[in-house]
Amino acid sequence: MAEMTLEGVDARPEDSAFALGRVHSIETMGTVDGPGIRFVVFVQGCPMRCAYCHNPDTWSVHGGTMVTVEHLMDEFQSNHEFYRSGGITVSGGEPLLQPEFLADLFRAMHNNPDGRVHTCLDSCGYAFDPNHPEKFDAVLNETDMVLLDIKHADPVEHKKLTGCDPARILAFGDELARRKIKVVIRHVVVPGITDTVEECEALGRLIAPWHNVVGLEMLPYHTMGVVKYEQLGIPYKLEGVPQMDTARMPELRNAVMTGMKKRRTELKNAIG
Amino acid sequence: MQEAWEGFKEGIWTGEVDVRDFIQKNYTPYEGDESFLAGPTERTKELWGEVLDLLLKEREQGGVLDMDTKTVTGIVSHPAGYIDNAHREKETIVGLQTDKPLKRALHVNGGIRIACQAASQHGYKVDESVVERYTFERKTHNAGVFDVYTPEMRACRSAHIITGLPDGYGRGRIIGDYRRVALYGVDYLIKDKEAQKASTPTVMTADNIRDREELQEQIRALGELKMMAETYGFDISNPATNTQEAIQWMYFAYLAAVKEQNGAAMSIGRTSTFIDIYAERDLANGTFTEEQIQEFVDHFIMKLRMVKFARTPEYQALFTGDPQWVTESIGGMGVDGRTLVTKMSYRYLHTLENMGTSPEPNMTILWSTRLPENFKKFCAKTSVASSSIQYENDDLMRVYHGDDYGIACCVSSMRIGKEMQFFGARANLAKCLLYALNGGVDEVSKKQVGPKYRAVEGDTLDYDDVVAKYNDMMKWLAGVYVNSLNIIHYMHDKYCYERIQMALHDKHVHRWFATGIAGLSVVADSLSAIKYAKVHPVRDENGIIVDFETEGEFPKYGNDDDRVDQIAHDVVHQFMEYIRMNDTYRNSVPTTSVLTITSNVVYGKKTGSTPDGRKAGQPFAPGANPMHKRDSHGAIASLSSVSKLPFRDAQDGISNTFSIIPSALGKEDQVFFGDIDLDQLGE
Repeated sequence: MAEMTLEGVDARPEDSAFALGRVHSIETMGTVDGPGIRFVVFVQGCPMRCAYCHNPDTWSVHGGTMVTVEHLMDEFQSNHEFYRSGGITVSGGEPLLQPEFLADLFRAMHNNPDGRVHTCLDSCGYAFDPNHPEKFDAVLNETDMVLLDIKHADPVEHKKLTGCDPARILAFGDELARRKIKVVIRHVVVPGITDTVEECEALGRLIAPWHNVVGLEMLPYHTMGVVKYEQLGIPYKLEGVPQMDTARMPELRNAVMTGMKKRRTELKNAIG
Repeated sequence: MQEAWEGFKEGIWTGEVDVRDFIQKNYTPYEGDESFLAGPTERTKELWGEVLDLLLKEREQGGVLDMDTKTVTGIVSHPAGYIDNAHREKETIVGLQTDKPLKRALHVNGGIRIACQAASQHGYKVDESVVERYTFERKTHNAGVFDVYTPEMRACRSAHIITGLPDGYGRGRIIGDYRRVALYGVDYLIKDKEAQKASTPTVMTADNIRDREELQEQIRALGELKMMAETYGFDISNPATNTQEAIQWMYFAYLAAVKEQNGAAMSIGRTSTFIDIYAERDLANGTFTEEQIQEFVDHFIMKLRMVKFARTPEYQALFTGDPQWVTESIGGMGVDGRTLVTKMSYRYLHTLENMGTSPEPNMTILWSTRLPENFKKFCAKTSVASSSIQYENDDLMRVYHGDDYGIACCVSSMRIGKEMQFFGARANLAKCLLYALNGGVDEVSKKQVGPKYRAVEGDTLDYDDVVAKYNDMMKWLAGVYVNSLNIIHYMHDKYCYERIQMALHDKHVHRWFATGIAGLSVVADSLSAIKYAKVHPVRDENGIIVDFETEGEFPKYGNDDDRVDQIAHDVVHQFMEYIRMNDTYRNSVPTTSVLTITSNVVYGKKTGSTPDGRKAGQPFAPGANPMHKRDSHGAIASLSSVSKLPFRDAQDGISNTFSIIPSALGKEDQVFFGDIDLDQLGE
């Protein structure tokens, strides 16, 4: 397992009320990470090693730039007109490695003098610690939506694909459901790995108990990230796996929905 | 009130020429959706099929189908022409530039040499007698300009520090108020012009003499316009009485303009809401059905798609292709807060579906955040399907030009019939920076083109020193540039006057003196590199700086970073201040533009390496765009940098070319569950 701590983050500089964060980059016109046009902060550092990750440059917990919440607020504010129907998204990397920084940033966004800004967290959930949920209290209190990646429905396959056990991720999902935070489930569909009707149905069953799930996004695997691996000199695990045929996406999305439906029926009958 | 105006609400417009007043009193804003639109009629499909065949043939023949080499074009130079001569009845709107479709006319008043080049390039030869006449008997605009140019102006021209000057071709960028012909009929307009002529002072100063001569030329052109319409069987002395006539009258006026002028941009104005008033009346009276009205619009737009000019290869290299810039401005908001979107705005855009996509006419949406939501959605939808819509910021321009302005060419805004522009191409400010560093020596030709100021010294460029030298060089360049343009517009007025277009303007016209800037982002990044990094000049054996080595990082324009965005802002402002220090022809008001939409490639080719790291010959970014791949914070940061440029200095327009793949604009597939109530899933 990769490192779960990030050097220097969450510290509060003496002259600031806000924690510091380690940031990889900023996208001022994010249109694919949450509703509307969004200011997207990509943070540095991730504990997972998903085989298909297209941002391997955000893995290391040592890279990136230390930035202040004030700095991000300034950048956001100078163009806030654009984000009226969107908001801010923190993606990564894994944002939950920097919970205090995140909490400060989201709180600042919610208290924005020009009006409350919608906050969205794009997370794999793995950094969540079910034994110490209080560590994430502050950030989740300020989170309006979570884009939660579920990489694989089967625990063994999950470990193979990402290097990590899915237990923490599912615990995070339960916590979000308890808090009734809106969640969009994301699932990357990789040929030969996650592109079967069975796997998708199983995913549906997994997320069925979470009534806070408001959307489902099936992401067809693409190979655009490969070049970054070459640049970084990291071996690419999915060498030779073709791009996912997008024509199959509606079918697989339906499979997830079917799984959800079946499981919910079972749950209902069990209660009844 | 005239019979043709029955049902219209009276106003100032009934007593004097005031199209805006007519529109404001009579138009019906439309906030609904596109469901009322009609598809193409059989006739439209047939006709458009024939035009497509001709366009295909034109392409197969290397870009020109036919060219007139004998008859010098004018409003009444050719007999009536039809798309399908055997079935004229198919065309509900008629009129071609020559006697045959896509046959290019012979324009010579701009310059005979250029006309000959344009012909020979396509395998044609201009008739000897015409060449002789326009070489020895009748002077052209081009000949006039070159009689007067100074050696310095010629040097700047050949070094390409000033480029694309309209000294051998029509300057364009003038929009006649073609709607006037439909609303008032030609006779009324002639009477109006006669009254204007009668009201000039009686002391014959040079200005007054010119005014009176021009007014008489305008009256003559209006007479010719009537004659031209007669060849098609129409009497346009009186106002149009219905939608079809209104479009036809208006189109005849525009046709007269393109028969007379081969301008760099021959835009049509802002006509849709005007025409909609007729359509609303006809629909209410049962004169026409929606389908008929759409057919008139389709046929009108079809004609605009067929406007062509004979042009030289250099011209086409500069503008990349064969554009006419038949810009039609659509939508926008009125100053009273009502939207100017009407059903006709939809019908115009709908031609892109009825007849397929087309770059011409250049349909331009005057975009406001307050446009009706339905219209916004329709625009977006049509954009996605056609990739043929241009958007411009009405909220910005309305402040300066009110709510009856139109776009000439790509971004030049002007009040229709009240303002015109002296088009002035552009100055290469990136090259100017190199002149500042090299003491006026051209880095490509190594000739002394600019004044022999002191070149920079030492191994590292000093920001304050460079800025001081750059300011001096910009001041010099602005002087040569404005004075070249003064010559050009004097001669254009004298030898290639836009008679019919100016006949469709008020007597007192506000004239913009348009200059332009190329290479802005190169200059901004270069100065930023000099200020924030270390830039070492590389000199050749004669001590001329030909390249640069840069040490360290520097902020780059396009990332919403004030440190460099302010530099870009200041360069535009400073250059305009120097422009303003010069007298401009006919008391025109100087402005500038940052809008090299395609010619950036050509400018880059003629410019040496620059301190920002751009190598000799590499293209500039288009318009006010950040340099390619230097904006790393996403589109909004990039757009924000551009939006900091001062519009009050660059009122002629600031352009940002923005390409994006559709999937980067958002998810194509469904994400949210929407109507499916997930909690019902289990039942």
